[in-house]
Amino acid sequence: MIIDHPLLGPRDAQEFVYLGDADLINRPDWQAEDAADAFHDYLYLRDNPAGVHRELWYHEQGDRSWLVVTRDTLTHEISKVELARDVARAQGRGR
Amino acid sequence: MKQVNRLSGGLVDRDQVLGFTFDGKRYEGHGGDTLASALLANGVRLMGRSFKYHRPRGVMTAGSEEPDALVELRSGGRQEPNTRATVAELFDGMQARSQNRWPSLRHDMMAVNDRLSNFLTAGFYYKTFMWPKAFWEKLYEPTIRHAAGLGRVSGEDDPDVYDKGFLHCDLLIIGAGPAGLSAALTAGRAGARVILADEDFAFGGRLNAEMFEVGGEAGSDWAKAAVAELASMGNVRLMARTTVVGAFDHGVYGAVERVADHVAAPVEGQPRQVFWRITSKRALLCAGATERPIAFANNDRPGIMMASAVRSFANRWAVAAHETVAVFTNNDDGHRTAADLIAKGVRVTAVIDTRADAPAVEGAELFAGAQVIDSRGRLGLESVRIRTAQGFTRDIVCGALAVSGGWNPNVHLTCHQRGRPQWDETLAAFVPGPDLPVGMLVAGAASGVLSTEGALRTGAEGAVAVLADLGIAATAAVPQAEDAPVDLTPFWHVSESKGRAWIDMQNDVTVKDIKLAHQENFVSVEHLKRYTTLGMATDQGKTSNMGGLAVMAELTGKSIPETGTTMFRPPYTPVSFGALAGRAVGKHFHPVRETPSHNWATERGAVFVEVGDWLRAQWFPQPGETHWRQSVDREVLATRRSVGVCDVTTLGKIDVQGADAAEFLNKVYANAFAKLPVGKVRYGLMLREDGIAYDDGTAARFAEDHFVVTTTTANAVLVYRQMEFARQCLWPDLDVQLISTTEAWAQYAVAGPNSRKLLEKIVDPRFDISNEAFPFMACGEVTICGGLRARLFRISFSGELAYEIAVPTRYGDAMIRALMDEGEAFDVVPYGTEALGVMRIEKGHAAGNELNGTTTALNLGMGRMVSKKKDCIGNTLSERAGLNMADALKLVGVKPVDATQAVKAGGHLMAKEGPVDAAHDQGYVTSAAYSPILESSIGLALLKNGAARLGEVMRIANPLEGDDVEVEIVSAHFVDPDGEKLRV
Amino acid sequence: MGRSCVYKLKAMTALGGTKPRVDVFAGVKISENPDRALVSVSARQGHETVCRERARAFLGVDLPAPARAASSEGFGVLWIGPDAWMVEADHTRHELLASEIKTAVADAGSVVEQTDGWCRFEVEGSKVCDLFERLCNVDVQAMLGDAVVRTSIHHVGCYLWCREAGAAFTVMGPRSSAASLHHALIESAGVVSLD
Repeated sequence: MIIDHPLLGPRDAQEFVYLGDADLINRPDWQAEDAADAFHDYLYLRDNPAGVHRELWYHEQGDRSWLVVTRDTLTHEISKVELARDVARAQGRGR
Repeated sequence: MKQVNRLSGGLVDRDQVLGFTFDGKRYEGHGGDTLASALLANGVRLMGRSFKYHRPRGVMTAGSEEPDALVELRSGGRQEPNTRATVAELFDGMQARSQNRWPSLRHDMMAVNDRLSNFLTAGFYYKTFMWPKAFWEKLYEPTIRHAAGLGRVSGEDDPDVYDKGFLHCDLLIIGAGPAGLSAALTAGRAGARVILADEDFAFGGRLNAEMFEVGGEAGSDWAKAAVAELASMGNVRLMARTTVVGAFDHGVYGAVERVADHVAAPVEGQPRQVFWRITSKRALLCAGATERPIAFANNDRPGIMMASAVRSFANRWAVAAHETVAVFTNNDDGHRTAADLIAKGVRVTAVIDTRADAPAVEGAELFAGAQVIDSRGRLGLESVRIRTAQGFTRDIVCGALAVSGGWNPNVHLTCHQRGRPQWDETLAAFVPGPDLPVGMLVAGAASGVLSTEGALRTGAEGAVAVLADLGIAATAAVPQAEDAPVDLTPFWHVSESKGRAWIDMQNDVTVKDIKLAHQENFVSVEHLKRYTTLGMATDQGKTSNMGGLAVMAELTGKSIPETGTTMFRPPYTPVSFGALAGRAVGKHFHPVRETPSHNWATERGAVFVEVGDWLRAQWFPQPGETHWRQSVDREVLATRRSVGVCDVTTLGKIDVQGADAAEFLNKVYANAFAKLPVGKVRYGLMLREDGIAYDDGTAARFAEDHFVVTTTTANAVLVYRQMEFARQCLWPDLDVQLISTTEAWAQYAVAGPNSRKLLEKIVDPRFDISNEAFPFMACGEVTICGGLRARLFRISFSGELAYEIAVPTRYGDAMIRALMDEGEAFDVVPYGTEALGVMRIEKGHAAGNELNGTTTALNLGMGRMVSKKKDCIGNTLSERAGLNMADALKLVGVKPVDATQAVKAGGHLMAKEGPVDAAHDQGYVTSAAYSPILESSIGLALLKNGAARLGEVMRIANPLEGDDVEVEIVSAHFVDPDGEKLRV
Repeated sequence: MGRSCVYKLKAMTALGGTKPRVDVFAGVKISENPDRALVSVSARQGHETVCRERARAFLGVDLPAPARAASSEGFGVLWIGPDAWMVEADHTRHELLASEIKTAVADAGSVVEQTDGWCRFEVEGSKVCDLFERLCNVDVQAMLGDAVVRTSIHHVGCYLWCREAGAAFTVMGPRSSAASLHHALIESAGVVSLD
């Protein structure tokens, strides 16, 4: 596969390491009432759809950016690639 | 030596005479020959024996789809089985041998299988070797293994090198027939970066095998001129002898280039084959089409060939398949073979056309509406029996039968991304479906356009279309050429045949086998394939799958498209393991990482161990030491007695800087770092988010906003990745920057009571490293040996007074030599990873064996380190009830009651009395070593509620090795439990 | 306390020699280069502009955009990641490059000495593109001067810096794998020199 890196352009997927569902960005609040349950769901209940999936890839043999790649797991069509840091900030993550 | 069947003309180089042997007999051929064409030229039709029935076989095709003419080439380490004679370029001195026969090709003992054919039908293995069960391993499997298979390998190492590479282009054109050449000219002239690949050694495809004219000149001449023009373009790369074997995601293709298969041996340093990974923006598949046979009784005799192959041999290689040839066809294309042969003076004894309205033939007898119903000839075709339209039978003398059942477009690569081909009624064949791999277009015969003009036109137009996508303007210029329509009446097999009619030559699957599969309800094509092994041989059924489908469709009363095809998967043709491995063989299988003391350690005779890619000194044998334990015990004792030095460069080092560096470490480590003073080091334990211990190391604070953390050797890459994840994805607004510095510093552990004294001789005098000025867990930047910058850490893995000192790596070799020179006064020893391991077990430090992916901080005796006052990865889930049971495993030491007995890692702890089984398991030994200090075997173990069981006597059961050792449960800290040595 | 260490420690090249190694093939020359100091600079969050300005003032050149390098009189700079660069300079004159740069960018940047983390080979000649197309999945033919990619050569992560299109490249790889990287380079150089 070829991943169109937002900064570096098209790069071969072999340069990347795959992690999984991009929801791993949404780490729960450790001080919440239901923290244990929330962490359980965060860690163990991730989506693995046959179809469009937002997932985390790490450009290990490249610039070390974590990316959020929107990919159709059936066709491998990649419709969007974003810097995970931008996604994380947009989803309200900060310090 | 006379080449009895060599004709005039053709594209062979008659000035070049090449000698070769087949089964030891000498023959001659010409430059441009394949082994198959040269054998035919010499009148050799019998080339091999079939896989199952050991039937005599000859060559059936003239290309890579060949199922039958498989030979062994070369000898020794270069011996290569199952080479298709049709694609083996002849070279002087070639040694070829037939396969799958004993004692000789003409007299094969295993031909008895042919008589047993009623027994060896579809599903034979499944039905026969079911019982008794025990026979499988001892009798059936070895016997089958002996009887089956085709060629042999020598078992010697392949002496050749193989390579890989990566190419990039705007347009990859797969196949250099009329469509491919036309596309390449169009794209090349437009300035696009083009790769044109063809499996053949001569570009031109069917243009070299037909007598058609293109633009008023011979097709082969046109091809030659096109190639010359393309070769002159800097933007076009011509890759002959290169098979594109797979279409992968997003325009990536795999291709095998046979660099030196056409010579006896590569020149020194030249790879035999190269596996290219081609990244294309667009691809044009011009892979042509494959002619398919018609099945009839005994249709597998040497001499029965595809009509197009007979034509190729005559036109391109100037070889008559035999002196007398008959043609059996269901379409006009078969007539071309007759016409071309007659023009070359070959005697065509009959044209048998299944169509009642077959066109007239000049120079041969035509049997319209007739069928071939049987053949004769033990080791080669002598005659065929036909049934005429009027219902009479007649025998026709012929040494070769040219069969044409129509053409199948080579859709294989269009299906590598889940695409399914679609049925074309006119061609009675599958053509590429709508779901092509991204960026691919198909032209020429591969797309179902079977005329020469059509191929030239669709090739050029295809190139214009894909280049337009890329914003490159191109113009199609198509020369005049043959444009005959396809006239074909589908005809798959002669149903009245009495004998066996072969569908799959290579796997010996007959029409009868398909009928049996149907009768036993294996009707889905995927079941049919696996039950009968149709299409599962090395040729992947290129000439047989369609016939099999047609027969099954007939039996089930469905249409062929309803019956469907099996999946086409890469590779298109077989790929050698060598090409896939490339240069990653032997000691270059993976890269090696060498420590800064590597050369020095090699001089000292160190024994190395691989840790990941690293080579680390395991121990340093001294003269007279004959067992590794002697070396390791000596290194441990000398270190504990005085001082030892160990290269610890391999530990991962990550530089962490930024205003929020401390805050960041607080989040990635279970324990707290915010309050660590500058100039101090702290042990850190990292958890996974599920609360399981992940890695450990140290963090040294060099400034308020600057830490250097260490990871274990094995986890350096993973920890860095995880820290980047935390930095970019979890806490993106923390001001923290990371970079690895593992390799920038040569780092040595200097351990033992005299370590300070040794370092005082190295560290420049202006730095006070006394116990008061530089206490346990201190760190700082110093200079050594008169000004060289260095980092000093007072940390200990051995439990001794110890330091780690780091210098720029280029000085690492000099540094170890300086430490050894200066340490002579203290009898310094270098120690390796074994002694390091022994000392850490003696000290009770957890390492990889304990941080094994199942243990928590609590298990490791570090439960209280996990801060409850801050958020960090893993702390919430580390509090799960299941991980905090009263009888949770705890790290303890184990020591045999009888000091002569040895503890082994992996043994399980059981009550001293009582059953030894899983239900009574109390824990297990994680690490074990012989402690030369304690003069006893010792171990670390994880034991249920272990902390409360010190003093208990238990047994370690190791049923696998039959061990049963009584041990006492003790503290994991065998040496200096209070840590006094560390602080002096 | 006897402090007797008076000799100067001798540096060794990444390939373990006292002199840099040079290998010459028809069409390719591969030279080990131990003479460049390397330092990474990462902008601190919120100080990106200041970091760039201070770096430019010191280096005499703008910090380059992604996948690019830039050079001034005495320095070269490579982009290595978002808001991160590698600066290089002559090692003899700038052995303490890290402190020089830290002084220049101060609290606007994180600065880390990288000199000995890397081995470095200068690869030049008419066959360089043929060489690298056998080693890494990079469209080297399309690389123009001062294009930089990080890629993998025989599983070793490397920077590939085009010095002159189609003619000269700098390869930097992890120092501990210098021997493996060098082996890969000379093996492929041997092959391409045959053509």
